[in-house]
Amino acid sequence: MEVFATALPALGEAWALILQPVVLGYLVLGVVMGLAVGVFPGLGGIAGLSLLLPFMFGMDPILGLALMIGMVAVVPTSDTFASVLMGIPGSSASQATVLDGFPMAKKGEAARALSAAFASSLFGGLVGASFLTVFILIARPIVLAFGLPEMLMITVLGLSMVAVLAGRFPLKGLAAAGLGLMIGTIGEADAGGSLRMASYDIPYLTDGLKLVIVGLGVFAIPEIISLLRQDRSIAKGASLGGGWLDGVKDWFANIWLSVRCSIIGVVVGIIPGLGGSVVDWIAYGHTVQTTKDKTKFGKGEVRGVIGPESSNNAKEGGGLVPTLLFGIPGSGSMAIFIGAVALLGSGDIEVGPGMLKNNLDITYSIVWLLALANVVGTVLCIAASGGIAKLTTIRFTYLAPFLFMLISFAAFQSGQNFEDLLALFAIGLIGIFLRRFDWSRPAFLIGFVLSNPVEKFTNQAFQIASFRFRKGFDVGMEYVFSPIVITLIIITVVSVILGLRQAKSIMAEGDVKSGSKRAPLVFLLVIAGYLAVALINANMIPDYNMTDKVIPLVIGSFALVCCAILLIQMMRRSEGDSIFADKEVAGEDADAPYGLWSTLAWFASLIVATWFVGFILALIGFLITFFRVRAGAGWGKTLLLAACGLGLMCLMAGLLNRDFPPGLLQGAVDLPWPLK
Amino acid sequence: MTVSNFSRRAILGIIAAAGFAVPASAEIDFTGKTIEWVIPFSETGGSAKWANFFAPLLSEELPGNPTVVVKFKPGAGSTKGANWFQDQNHKDGTLLFGTSGSTQFPYLLGDPRVRYEYTDWTPVMASGTGGVAYLNAEDGAKFDGSANGLMDIDFIYGSQGATRLDLVPLLAWQMLGMNVEPVFGIKGRGDGRLMFERGEATIDYQTSSGYLKGSADMVAAGEAVPIMTWGALDGDGNIVRDPTFPEIPTFKEVCEATDGCETSGEAWDAWKAFFVAGFPVQKLAFLPAGTPQDVIDTYTAAFEAVVARADFAEISSKRVGKYSVFTGDAAQNALGTATSVPAEAKSYVLDWLNSSYGVQLN
Repeated sequence: MEVFATALPALGEAWALILQPVVLGYLVLGVVMGLAVGVFPGLGGIAGLSLLLPFMFGMDPILGLALMIGMVAVVPTSDTFASVLMGIPGSSASQATVLDGFPMAKKGEAARALSAAFASSLFGGLVGASFLTVFILIARPIVLAFGLPEMLMITVLGLSMVAVLAGRFPLKGLAAAGLGLMIGTIGEADAGGSLRMASYDIPYLTDGLKLVIVGLGVFAIPEIISLLRQDRSIAKGASLGGGWLDGVKDWFANIWLSVRCSIIGVVVGIIPGLGGSVVDWIAYGHTVQTTKDKTKFGKGEVRGVIGPESSNNAKEGGGLVPTLLFGIPGSGSMAIFIGAVALLGSGDIEVGPGMLKNNLDITYSIVWLLALANVVGTVLCIAASGGIAKLTTIRFTYLAPFLFMLISFAAFQSGQNFEDLLALFAIGLIGIFLRRFDWSRPAFLIGFVLSNPVEKFTNQAFQIASFRFRKGFDVGMEYVFSPIVITLIIITVVSVILGLRQAKSIMAEGDVKSGSKRAPLVFLLVIAGYLAVALINANMIPDYNMTDKVIPLVIGSFALVCCAILLIQMMRRSEGDSIFADKEVAGEDADAPYGLWSTLAWFASLIVATWFVGFILALIGFLITFFRVRAGAGWGKTLLLAACGLGLMCLMAGLLNRDFPPGLLQGAVDLPWPLK
Repeated sequence: MTVSNFSRRAILGIIAAAGFAVPASAEIDFTGKTIEWVIPFSETGGSAKWANFFAPLLSEELPGNPTVVVKFKPGAGSTKGANWFQDQNHKDGTLLFGTSGSTQFPYLLGDPRVRYEYTDWTPVMASGTGGVAYLNAEDGAKFDGSANGLMDIDFIYGSQGATRLDLVPLLAWQMLGMNVEPVFGIKGRGDGRLMFERGEATIDYQTSSGYLKGSADMVAAGEAVPIMTWGALDGDGNIVRDPTFPEIPTFKEVCEATDGCETSGEAWDAWKAFFVAGFPVQKLAFLPAGTPQDVIDTYTAAFEAVVARADFAEISSKRVGKYSVFTGDAAQNALGTATSVPAEAKSYVLDWLNSSYGVQLN
């Protein structure tokens, strides 16, 4: 009770601080800026916050906080536009949204999907803030109860969602997840610094592949290419059904799902070191498991949008706990946020353990500014969603060049190397074939996302556990099998069993027809070949660096065994069996007027031209040629569209102080921005 | 040349040069320009905080008040960004680059990825920090000013990697005869502290600002016991008590009190050389190769004006700690301190890394 005696006045003071017109004005300004940055995939809160940093020095703390929080809060809301409308996962927070959101857009229900997503986001944000108001006072011991074994088990729980998303052939799903995990280990190992499938001669690979690139490559590129081949609008028949009000009604009809997923979001968000990477998959898995009719998932089930979206804004609130209580940022944007807070005012707000004692009013202001920013952002987004949804009725050939432009730019921002574009193309190819042969793309992505946490937590927990066991058997057991771990194991086992039973009815790629043996068999052999090479490569790491080789060896062997069983099955079964699923046999892709390779060549040409003359010059040529030749537009329309695209790109990059990929030309001659 | 001689000369230089102000140049004007301050780390690290702290102050003092933006080029433990900077030449004085101990150490150890050469660049500002090591309450009770009571205990330490700044604490603990098992693969010292707070790690160290922010509360609550600082250097290059923590003994004092730990000889010289390269001069700001003298003078004057601000001591102590900021020739001397270790120290550390952690850098 003593706690509440100090908390209530602080909460009152916080509201008094927030509800000043000038504070609200700054909040709205931040929200608008956040929305503008957030619709660009791959930029997100980090770019926006860096932009604000120079203005924070000496600023009135509450005004600076309002501005920054307004900006951070709406990024997971606004990136929903890209994931629902274009199938582009804007950030790790919106990956699961793509699974059902984009199919809804294809059915012409974009506005409905968007408003359901926004309503869920808003609600999640508010649930998160209410929960935090009480919880932040008692959170410290709970956060400290999550040690390495507990974090490992949460990661495993996230990984177990592969079972739900594995598709018709669980073995294919497992092999896809294994491939994702193995691709996630590329680069310098965290523990001992050994190189896996990389070399110091190719410095790009030593850092490993970035999530943005893999997300874009696996989800965005296959969809863009497929739609472009079909030469139609995203919404089939270019008609829009289902207005924004329907989406809000959908959310209200599923309000309890929204409540549960919000709580999942806050709780997982609170645990430092996991961040947002697993939250939306756990929420999606939970949604699938609690839905009676599972056949619609992956084809545009609105619950598949509501679940992950409820969790991802709530997660932002949860992420404040480690940030404010321990001074340990839960994400990149939170890290800049901590730095910026120290710049505010006279610099006496110090994020960290002293925050609750000395600045409880500021703490509460942060929590509720976040909630308020969610409300403002959501209202703006819902208002805009009807209009923006019309994008899905435009002939896709007019959208695609802009999307190629955006995803290339987003990919380049992740590492600022030309190789980012090559990696995007390579992963895009993997994505295209995973989609074609009905291997689960979500399983691949979950594997990739969780590769690093799985390896890190396994190694560290193992190391500490072996110390505890040396002290005594019961000391070790107590460490490894804490009540939290046991609970998580039970949840994981139940969800794997349920998931495997349900997986067959969830066809993320739709009903894929089967064809001849040759193409699926070749793809399987290529994957098995990569896994074998990666295994041999990992085995070459010297034994004293066991921590760097054990995970690739175990996972790689497992995935290779999956491939071997698949191979035997493929040899035994006859042509036409569903194991030989191939989108090029029948359906939209097979009937498309344009071929895969000629369509892909357009994207490749943009990358090749960038290598020679840099991104902006390449883009000018690409846009003009594409609109003239592929879209068959007149000169007037071509030049107007190309100018719009270029203008947008330069405006955003200029405001956010971002560079473009340079080419050989830029190496030889000095050119002014944006050409440099 | 012995280590102490070497560092004495360097430090003397720093102190001597700090006394002279360099006259500001009148011709350079940055009106309407944007200065890019590139940091080879991510937005989340200590170097980001350091640059973000100085950027707005620098903007106020440079002629024409240009916008100073901090850009991030992370990768390969900062060697990617440094290799990139090596390829940059002077254009119009709008490029500034910042390095940290994590950039200095691979350079000193001959990491194969290093393709940069510090002596090509011009340092315009340098600043340092200190560090504090502490134990959990139970083991801390056995500490009596020496490590004699700690030798039978197995400690666990959350580490970022033996070739990084963690080299300094790991080598120090080994010299004290302590049995410290590093758990590698954590991403920052904040994660190490959290591991300590959860009771998984039993020994930890933080740089000065990290200690003041997070660990001092644990000490006050009796949950942690500080055992030593790495110390600071005086004008003669001797290790003295850290001015931020005058009540905590230095590693040198603890080593002297501990049986079997020597404050002279090969191991000590190697430790001291890497300590000097990593802490008293940890972060440096550089202009690229080929920068003309008037631009260098302009930056030097601007950084001097920043340090001369009436409120500098107050605002900087919270953000970057109570440590000297070197400018001009002092920064040049600081660079010498940070980027040269005697060959014997280097080979000792390389042998130690190989035998203790199996790390081979060539």
